[in-house]
Amino acid sequence: MTDTRRILGLHLGLLVLLFALQFVLPAYHHGNLARIMVLASYAIGYNVLFGYTGLLSLGHALFFAAGMYGLSLTLQHTGFTAAPALMAGLIAGIAVSAGLAVLALRTTGVAFMIVTLMFAQAGYLTILYFADYTRGDEGFVIQAAQRMLWGIDLSDPTNRYFAAFVLFAICLLTSLALVRAPFGRTLVAIRENEDRVTMLGYNTFAHKLGAMVISGTISAAAGATYGLLFGYAGASFASVQYSIFPLLWVLLGGAGTVLGPFIGTLFMFYLIDLSSGITTAYMLIAGVTLVLLTVFAPQGLIGELRHRVWRWLP
Amino acid sequence: MELGPYILLATLEGAVTAAVLALTAVGLSLVFGVMRVVNIAHGEFFMLGAVIAWFTAQAFGGHPAIGFAAALIVAPLAVGAIAVLADVTILKRINYDPERTIVATIGLLYIIQQLTLMIYGPEARPVEAPFNQRIALPWFEFGDSGLDFYYPWGLSTTSYKLAVIAAAVVVLVGVWLLMTRSRAGLLMRATQADRDMALAFGIPVERVYALVFGFGAALAALGAVLVVPIQQAHYLMGADPLLLSFIVVIIGGLGSLPGTLVAAILIGLSDGIISVFFSPTLAKILATLLVGLVLVFRPHGLFGTRTV
Repeated sequence: MTDTRRILGLHLGLLVLLFALQFVLPAYHHGNLARIMVLASYAIGYNVLFGYTGLLSLGHALFFAAGMYGLSLTLQHTGFTAAPALMAGLIAGIAVSAGLAVLALRTTGVAFMIVTLMFAQAGYLTILYFADYTRGDEGFVIQAAQRMLWGIDLSDPTNRYFAAFVLFAICLLTSLALVRAPFGRTLVAIRENEDRVTMLGYNTFAHKLGAMVISGTISAAAGATYGLLFGYAGASFASVQYSIFPLLWVLLGGAGTVLGPFIGTLFMFYLIDLSSGITTAYMLIAGVTLVLLTVFAPQGLIGELRHRVWRWLP
Repeated sequence: MELGPYILLATLEGAVTAAVLALTAVGLSLVFGVMRVVNIAHGEFFMLGAVIAWFTAQAFGGHPAIGFAAALIVAPLAVGAIAVLADVTILKRINYDPERTIVATIGLLYIIQQLTLMIYGPEARPVEAPFNQRIALPWFEFGDSGLDFYYPWGLSTTSYKLAVIAAAVVVLVGVWLLMTRSRAGLLMRATQADRDMALAFGIPVERVYALVFGFGAALAALGAVLVVPIQQAHYLMGADPLLLSFIVVIIGGLGSLPGTLVAAILIGLSDGIISVFFSPTLAKILATLLVGLVLVFRPHGLFGTRTV
């Protein structure tokens, strides 16, 4: 069996499994998995920039929020329906990520991290400042009547699961196609040795810009979908916390692996969910797990798997 | 009323912020510069300092000054010891790899926060200041009778706040002397300049790292002890100092102590002054945008000599 067939089999197999799970899962886990798939899409977007291009951003909450607020403000303050609002969210994501990329890509390393953090923080504060429109920290509920996409009611659990699944499938396959395409290969080369890539005649700035816009757009798509599916937009989704989450999920699952973001999100979500059922000190368990994982599985769960067993994992 | 007295008041408030911030940020800057470690748990070391100060002050009865003086010694030592322990058990084992230290220190942050919540509880508790006289702020003005000297009503600061500023200056001078005049400082600077060469010359780099990590945390704790009489100790108080210290360290330039100091004063003062005269949210938006733009056009920071 060739690697390509193995890879396709594994990823399509996961999608088939996720699709089938909706018929057997109890209601609680059914809802959880829908949420995990949307958040995992966000992590996939993050992974494009961090895992494959090697740029550590702490400002992705800005892109997530751009999608979420692009959608929800359009729904709230104009007469548009969900489909154009979703487009507005995506366009906001593209515009914001391209704008930030042009500024932030002038820097590298820790400075890049802080620049993205600062602009995301400015975005978060802006949402708080224009509380008349955004209702600040309190946020607002997107009414069920506004959550109809082409006649499908997305507040219904079955439809919601399916919508989350579609988003996740698109993001997963996009990221798989991206990293196997020449463009994605160049991104990995930039991660490994940018000077050499420049010397070979590639325009590294254009590639990094592309990576950031793709990453930001996927994140914005996840943000817009999150607002649409769970009917709520609030400033907390733009806070530093939501920039750190995808970093954690990606590092836990394995940076620079296609499946890592999903596994990391799933792992972290259920770790907190299960441990908060047992004890109120769930943060302690999460903290200890994080430390143990960094010590014993430095490449993340999927990264270790690739390192030790399946060398062909993308 | 004139604008002048308000500016004076805002400047003093800003100077207190700047003093505490400088201590915290210099700790972060040392760890950052020498070890190349981005310590996300630095804010929690700050918080631990405040919480331990409360426990120490409780343990000592009598005049508040006794408890406070004890806290000044106990809190930095205890926090420093905890940090050294964290370095030896976790950071050393992952070889100070940048990405992994970020995750590990986020884990450490969760652990410290949760343990503090379980032991100390969710309340914010104050520590009584050793002395706290109100000092009315004088203001000069040229009036009909030449130079006038009066006390604008309601504008005052406390002797304790002035003492915080003085204490921070003393400690920072001490740190500077330590870095430039002592053997320990020499070893730190050698390790910072070239880790491998330092190893080759027989410098115990791992021990230097552990001590620097502990020292950085102790400085944060010291800043926190100074701030508890003004701000109260709370288990979530670490987030703001962390973010601000980061800004200060990067704006000042990586590994540059004078840069860190200048940036701390700049940011402390501007925070004090802008929030007195404008909406605090707007002030913060402008400040964060400014920080971002400074880095975009000066990626080395104001005083930095190498890429961060």
